Amino acid sequence: MTVTKLHIETTINGEPREFLCDSHETLLSALRNGLGLTGTKEGCATGDCGACSILLDGRLVPACLVLAPEAQGRAVTTIEGLSSGDALHPLQQKFLEHAALQCGVCTPGFIVAAKALLDAKPNPSEDETRYWLAGNLCRCTGYDKIIRAVLDAASEMKESAI
Amino acid sequence: MADTIGTPYVGRAMKRVEDPRLIKGLATYVDDIRLPGLLHAVILRSPHAHARIGRVDVSAARAIPGVVAVLTGADVNAACGLVPCAAAIPDLKAPKHTVLAGDRVYFVGHAVAVAVATDPYIARDAIDAIDVDYDPLPAVTNPEEAVKSGTPLTHPDLGSNIAYTHVVAGGSDIDEAFRRADRVVKHRLCHQRLTPMPIEPRGVVASYDPGEGTLTLWTATQIPHLLRTLLPGMIGVPENKLRVVAPEVGGGFGAKLNVYPEEALCAHLAMRLNAPVKWIESRRENAASTIHGRDQIGEYEVAVKKDGAILGIRTRTVADLGSYLQLLTPAIPTLTGLVLTGCYRIPAVKMEIVGVYTNKMATDAYRGAGRPEATYLIERLMDVVARELGIDRVDLRLKHFPAPAEFPFATSCGLTYDSGNYQGALTKARQLANWDQLLKDRAAARAAGRLSGIGISTYVEICAMGPSKAMPAGGWEWGCVRMEISAKVTVITGVSPHGQGQETTFAQFVADRLGVLMEDIVVLHGDTNVAHYGRDTYGSRGTAVGGSAIVMCIDKIVAKAKTLAAHLFETTADHVVFEKGTFRAPGVTNREIGWPELAGEAYVAKNLPAGLEPGLEASSFYEPQNFTFPFGTHIVAVEVDRDTGHVAITKYVAVDDCGPQINPLIVEGQVQGGIAHSIGQVLFEQTIYDENGQLLTGELMDYALPRAADIPEYILGSTVTPSPVNPLGIKGVGEAGTIGATPAIANAVLDALQPLGVTHLDLPMTPERVWQAIKTRTAAPVGA
Repeated sequence: MTVTKLHIETTINGEPREFLCDSHETLLSALRNGLGLTGTKEGCATGDCGACSILLDGRLVPACLVLAPEAQGRAVTTIEGLSSGDALHPLQQKFLEHAALQCGVCTPGFIVAAKALLDAKPNPSEDETRYWLAGNLCRCTGYDKIIRAVLDAASEMKESAI
Repeated sequence: MADTIGTPYVGRAMKRVEDPRLIKGLATYVDDIRLPGLLHAVILRSPHAHARIGRVDVSAARAIPGVVAVLTGADVNAACGLVPCAAAIPDLKAPKHTVLAGDRVYFVGHAVAVAVATDPYIARDAIDAIDVDYDPLPAVTNPEEAVKSGTPLTHPDLGSNIAYTHVVAGGSDIDEAFRRADRVVKHRLCHQRLTPMPIEPRGVVASYDPGEGTLTLWTATQIPHLLRTLLPGMIGVPENKLRVVAPEVGGGFGAKLNVYPEEALCAHLAMRLNAPVKWIESRRENAASTIHGRDQIGEYEVAVKKDGAILGIRTRTVADLGSYLQLLTPAIPTLTGLVLTGCYRIPAVKMEIVGVYTNKMATDAYRGAGRPEATYLIERLMDVVARELGIDRVDLRLKHFPAPAEFPFATSCGLTYDSGNYQGALTKARQLANWDQLLKDRAAARAAGRLSGIGISTYVEICAMGPSKAMPAGGWEWGCVRMEISAKVTVITGVSPHGQGQETTFAQFVADRLGVLMEDIVVLHGDTNVAHYGRDTYGSRGTAVGGSAIVMCIDKIVAKAKTLAAHLFETTADHVVFEKGTFRAPGVTNREIGWPELAGEAYVAKNLPAGLEPGLEASSFYEPQNFTFPFGTHIVAVEVDRDTGHVAITKYVAVDDCGPQINPLIVEGQVQGGIAHSIGQVLFEQTIYDENGQLLTGELMDYALPRAADIPEYILGSTVTPSPVNPLGIKGVGEAGTIGATPAIANAVLDALQPLGVTHLDLPMTPERVWQAIKTRTAAPVGA
């Protein structure tokens, strides 16, 4: 059996990147193993838990259900792209202030999913936030502090945009 | 505002030290570990609940390019030893638990073979190419049937499905209590099987250094130290050549409080193949092959007087252990017996526990471990007794509380509760819930034809595990504190936090006690080469037991520093005063010495008093003299939709007393997360095996975890009753939410359905189950 790797050119967190992958490899695997971006987590590999949430051309997707070659020519945003050194994204800052995490394994997925929410809808209601984030599972926090953090980030981002 | 030395950190909502690395995606969990030449293991698991294994053909799998090894039980079991159970139960019948199956499989998910390859995709293809001849056998799935004679056997070689019969009894004579009773209230209660489902499944990386003969095992575990104690007996690597590392661990809830076959297997593979080996559990494997929780069924009898006085409780409970004994499997139901009387004065108790083998995954410690079962039982029974006798359920509870002055309070189960003010927590919860208004709202809702209910539970639990005499492998904890030459502080703990935030809370109280800034403290844990001894994280023991070891270290360091300061002041230690990080000798000298100068003197060691060792480091083993007993009251209001059976939680009030709080943010998080587990248990979750032993809840589409939209807003309060057991006065909070919440929510749903005459529903109270109850009752209404 000859295995031919595919050469993929893509944009990851604003930087042009290229990588080699197998045709059957998931984008989650390529990010974590090929590119060393291990902040995106695998919780189920079936698209049910949200731990591998990324943005693909701005759209929220579970990276475990996207094939790596599908990233060709597209823009990928992962948790590593949200902060720059100590400069945190407002969502990260609010997760910190509210202690909206415990073990942290679902957290990158929640923050990326919440970013997708606020990108699409800067002023979501609490209900909208709870239902948007219903695709992300957390077993530690009971969700309350996560919801508070996202709503708080939304109102702060709105103020700073004025 | 910058922190200054002397402003206490304890009691403040400090941001968690752990969080910056976690929110940036920079933390290293087991699956994030990359080693040169890493091989990947994938395990073939049984699709049958019970079967004889015939021929296993691995030739096609071995022929796949990239496959390094394909091994079965015959290849590895002799070298991997038996999976241990540490629970000491008299007359326990135990099957031999090998790392891979021998000639039979005993549950769906039982590991049969392992493939190792250069790539995880290739290893997965390899297990698909293994050909196993299974000869299916009858599966044992109903524990109540399994105890009868003539039924199929889970383990034919044991001759019975009964692993043990154990009686927890105490107080006055139970038969006399029932003779004196005006009435005996009977109720059957089941605690369904649950799947812990941490979002990070299990995973192991093993690496062997053949030159040094040392093995390093990174594993997603709560118990690196217990593994270092127990694995040497399995894999033959001496304890002092075994390093176990719990890196960032993505949730445990008891599921990672265990010694699993894969940990020994990966260690063996790394040595056998002379290459590092990684195994990452899939979600389906996690549902099938990581321990489950709960699963008890019991008939409960309560002896009562007409005035509501409860004289005694007796029960025979069947506990479904699954097919094998994991680390603590048989001990968990006995914890239920230990706290069955809850926070009540009940003079006599007898619980007979029958532990039963079935062809399912083993049960073991899951958040609360035996205590949620007890609290659910006693709190449901209090409501049932109150209803049957026509007594107010709150009055019934108050009638049986010990008074605060009666602590330490000896229970008929044989425990001594350390401290408590159950009345105080109940009063505060009723205030926060606006109890009288809740009752009015319920009356108004009912008058309008709506199904509205209020539930309450008052609970006590066993924490800070625990005194070594009561623990299978010692219940002490170890710690080390080092004031470095730079006056930075390194704290090393033997507990192994995985979300509980002890890097933060330990730094808070160490900073206060040493008079240093929190940012100058680092808390290390989870690596047996760094934290040499420990008994790890479970049973709400981290801060109460682990923190107490750190307090002992601080006291030793301060005492030594005073001796050194006295020498520098040219006086004696009894003249030295230590406050806010500064040493003084009032009346002797105006000179002040801070940690930087003192630490320098201690390590440069040119001017030490005679007999004083250089350095400023202390380590300690702390042995708790008793458990601690946190308590509280949870109040829940629900509304049930008549048309759909959907339960909406309209108010959730929790008042928990865990003693003094180091960081209220972290305490809140623990309580909220615990309540969410209970919302899952009462409304959604159940691990289901069908009559053939097939697991029907094998992934997240089938096993219903609560989601953000299912969770109400919480109203949290607390009372503070310090524990006299440990120097921090802390009781522990890791399991409180899960213990208090389940009966409160269940009681609320049944209160809502009470006008229809529904007196009982089994958990989980899913919309379908609730709707069926409503439909049955409204079709044939009970007489007024």
